[in-house]
Amino acid sequence: MMTSQSSPRTLEEALRRLSEDPACIPIAGCTDWMIGARSSGFEIPPLLDLLRVEELRGIRSDGDGLRIGATTTFSDLQQDELVRKSYPVLVQAAGEVGGRQIQNRATLGGNVVNASPAGDSLPVLLALDAEVEVASLEGRRRIPFRDFHTAYRRTALGEGELLTAVILPPAPGFQSFRKVGTRQAQAISKVVVAICAENQEGRWASVRIGAGSVAATPIRLRAAEAVLEGSAVGKATAEAAADAARGEAHPIDDLRSTARYRSWVLGRVVRRMLLS
Amino acid sequence: MRVAFTLNGRPVEVEGQGDERLLDLLRRHFRLTGTKEGCGEGECGACTVLMDGAAVLSCLTPLVQLDGRELFTVEGLEATTRGSQFLERFAAGGGTQCGACTPGIVLSAARYLSETPVVDRNGIRRALAGNICRCTGYEAIVKAIEAEGGRKDRVQLALHPSDPELTEERES
Repeated sequence: MMTSQSSPRTLEEALRRLSEDPACIPIAGCTDWMIGARSSGFEIPPLLDLLRVEELRGIRSDGDGLRIGATTTFSDLQQDELVRKSYPVLVQAAGEVGGRQIQNRATLGGNVVNASPAGDSLPVLLALDAEVEVASLEGRRRIPFRDFHTAYRRTALGEGELLTAVILPPAPGFQSFRKVGTRQAQAISKVVVAICAENQEGRWASVRIGAGSVAATPIRLRAAEAVLEGSAVGKATAEAAADAARGEAHPIDDLRSTARYRSWVLGRVVRRMLLS
Repeated sequence: MRVAFTLNGRPVEVEGQGDERLLDLLRRHFRLTGTKEGCGEGECGACTVLMDGAAVLSCLTPLVQLDGRELFTVEGLEATTRGSQFLERFAAGGGTQCGACTPGIVLSAARYLSETPVVDRNGIRRALAGNICRCTGYEAIVKAIEAEGGRKDRVQLALHPSDPELTEERES
């Protein structure tokens, strides 16, 4: 059965496979998928391995921003000169996803498509106001990242579409990332926050805050952003933004933490990041 | 499906399901039982192997992705002169207790030692962040790796799988 599994070399080939058999499962780093696949016990549908599709990997300039191929790993992100120079917030997040073994395999596109509310790179992409590029046999389209996660574990990806790249706009001046987990490394987030902004002569501008593990999807903290926009950088503003953040998040109790803890820590983390 | 890859320097071929775990292939098909299963869900690092020179978890690596890869396990490490000496020194330094995490730890450590000219404790801890020791013997583990890093004849793996130096060592 040669056709039950395949490792296409081109995007065209991968898309054709997907359109011929919409049940097939696109895989890359497999760091989440292998766990679910093995524990379900059901028959595994045909697999579509994307790791050998050359054009899905790699990082290059895109106007004043960057285009990051979907199967670029978190190790690739940490080593890339362009990313290191302009997007330290993404480098930091990439370095806190699991341990080395996970970072060597897990991909940025996989983190996006897997659509976990705890995905560590997702608040960063919200704060950077990234776009995603998706492709099908009909062509390509770009979707603002903030519209990509439509509900718990749901994405805007249509049938026959693959995520091909993440596009970052020009880098903001202030970038900050903070993850809170049970351990410093190799832990799934209880709360994860990324903030991007400009400090314009002592006032916050173009503020975007992304937060994970505090709602059904990664979310923007719009109320906290509104508090900060145009306000003086300092302790009073940071406190007010922390309160706003606590008010707008909707965390739950689960095996990793409680709603109460998450709300409290979210505020503390936002405050500390703004004062750093 | 059928895949062909290199295992500890030897070309091999295997037939199996695309979603079969590399971990099971190693232990059941190739009888290389040095690689251990701990959690089976990517949390503990016990099943760490090197794929194309990079540390990966064999419990999360499916057969479908193995074609053409270079895989290296603890048995491969032991088969090199410097590798086996490192393992002896690691054990003598108290780096291993119950032993379940050891195959994964020594591979993560060997990778780190091979890419890092000047080792330090923070770097060691970061390199081992994905390897959990249930005996909590981290202090002795870190010390053993730090001591190895101070040696001129320390363990040295090829950073690229086709590095001739490693091939030479494998043959010795």
